[in-house]
Amino acid sequence: MKKCSKENIYKVFNALSSDYSVYVPVKEENRTFYKKYFDGVVLAENFKTDRSAKDFFFPQSEDLMKFKTQGKSIEIIDEREESEDFIIFGVPACDEASLRILDRVFLAEPVDTYYQNKREHGVIITTACSRPEASCFCSTFDIDMARPQGDIRTYKIGDYFYFEGLTDKGNKVLDKVNALLEDVDQGEVEKEIENIQKVKEKLPLKDLSVKDFGADKTQEFFDRKEWAELSNACLGCGTCTFVCPTCQCYDIKDFNTGKGVQRYRCWDSCMYSDFTKMAHGNSRNSQMERFRQRFMHKLVYFPTNNDGVFSCVGCGRCVSKCPISMNIVKVIKTLSKGGENE
Amino acid sequence: MSEPLIPIVGVITDVRIDTPDVKTFRVVTVDGKKAFEHKPGQCAMLSIPGIGEAMFSITSSPTNTEFMEFSIKKCGCVTEWLHSAEVGQQITIRGPYGNAFPVDTAFKGKDLLFVAGGIGLAPLRSVINYVRHYKDQYGKIDVVYGSRSKEDLVDYNEIIEEWQNDPQVSVHLTIDREQEGWDGHVGFVPNYVKELNFTTDKTVVLCGPPIMIKFTLEGLKSLGFSQTQIFTTMELKMKCGIGKCGRCNIGSKYVCKDGPVFRMDQLSELPDEY
Repeated sequence: MKKCSKENIYKVFNALSSDYSVYVPVKEENRTFYKKYFDGVVLAENFKTDRSAKDFFFPQSEDLMKFKTQGKSIEIIDEREESEDFIIFGVPACDEASLRILDRVFLAEPVDTYYQNKREHGVIITTACSRPEASCFCSTFDIDMARPQGDIRTYKIGDYFYFEGLTDKGNKVLDKVNALLEDVDQGEVEKEIENIQKVKEKLPLKDLSVKDFGADKTQEFFDRKEWAELSNACLGCGTCTFVCPTCQCYDIKDFNTGKGVQRYRCWDSCMYSDFTKMAHGNSRNSQMERFRQRFMHKLVYFPTNNDGVFSCVGCGRCVSKCPISMNIVKVIKTLSKGGENE
Repeated sequence: MSEPLIPIVGVITDVRIDTPDVKTFRVVTVDGKKAFEHKPGQCAMLSIPGIGEAMFSITSSPTNTEFMEFSIKKCGCVTEWLHSAEVGQQITIRGPYGNAFPVDTAFKGKDLLFVAGGIGLAPLRSVINYVRHYKDQYGKIDVVYGSRSKEDLVDYNEIIEEWQNDPQVSVHLTIDREQEGWDGHVGFVPNYVKELNFTTDKTVVLCGPPIMIKFTLEGLKSLGFSQTQIFTTMELKMKCGIGKCGRCNIGSKYVCKDGPVFRMDQLSELPDEY
């Protein structure tokens, strides 16, 4: 483990910028987001971004291929390019965990090479959360905000950043800036981890449990009458799906550019009425059915197909962003059989 | 490296008009070959750049080594465009997608009963011609097929000229209402299945409009068939075809990858959301 001072962190970013695009969390006009680092960019105080690191690997809109058509002929132009090497700095534990959930979708056979390419070239530098928000509940999914995963794990302690390489990819990055790093007293980090544990104990959602949910519970939850009331006020705006770091649904569309056809994919939402609409009808006609789909997917269907892993990391974005204040926490509490969630 | 979402170019080499709203398209690659191998019951994504992509069952049998055929009903954007396409038109094709009918397991050595309504024959034609090709491996074949009128029967010529002359196959056609020039059976498919009073040693494959499926299932049940003997093939909105875009699921199963073929007892365990 190594450390560098808060002033020197910018030297680290500068040094890495010659080999990588370095993205760091910044706060501008009340919005926290990843910005490509250049001289003068200042880190945000709190690293939790409004939108997660998902956007780097599964962007909101992404070109897939081009078509040139002439008369009855079609030419397909594969536009894939090797991704640049890039670093995302300051990713919280929940958002890093969400990438491993997305891996289960996009890296499962047949592999999505658009996603895979970016994943292979991206280096994730996580930062332990010493200041989680009231809406956070990552521990519900056994994610440890004090020991985030990723290629490099960092701690922000006093006037220093502490670095710990976790993968070969991460160590390679640390080697490049070794001259800027100092040796550390491991005890400082242990103390910080203890501090974070204390903060965790104060989080209002610390006892939220999903033990009633999981693989093969479809019949238990699908016909529950509570879905009607839970979904009653849902506007179908899709905000929850767009800020969600694990939501993966997409649409494929064609756009006529005037010079040809661009086929692209973009995020879609199971909350939208045309998501399942086809010429002969719609398999999920009501907002209740669409609402139910979203939460059944995260809490039951996904675990059924993925060794019991839930498709939620407790980042709390949907909790703070939903315009009608409905969210997965309320769904879990309402549908749980009682006990610890009461 | 191959990317599952990137198709190849195909050429329409024949367009057959089956009914007022169904055409059968023959498709090969640009160099005149079959686009890819498939199993009976699997599907392919066809697209016209600028219009869109849609999933279709492959109507021709895997035993056809030269080309693929798709019987397509005009009912939406992509299908309407395809219906206006002429021979020589290029389209894009990717696949194959989904599981297949269990021709090597559950169907092996069995008498088979195929029940179809309207365009529902399209996905069954592949497996019917497959088992006809490997006839030694299967028992007797019954096909019950119905449509609104004689003109709405898909593949009519092939049924009359090939299937009816195949000693292994018994064809039972029906149309909804009396019609001049029709001396065959008149009535709905579910009732006809009951009237034909099939013995319960058969394995059944069902495809057609939901209402036909519902009442045919009731009819088969009253004849003594169990759900484990009955297979069907499903269709839901699809974009990727590989279980990632998130929309064709019934519960935890994706129709594009875990289906489209389901055994009725397995389907009935899933949520009623299709």
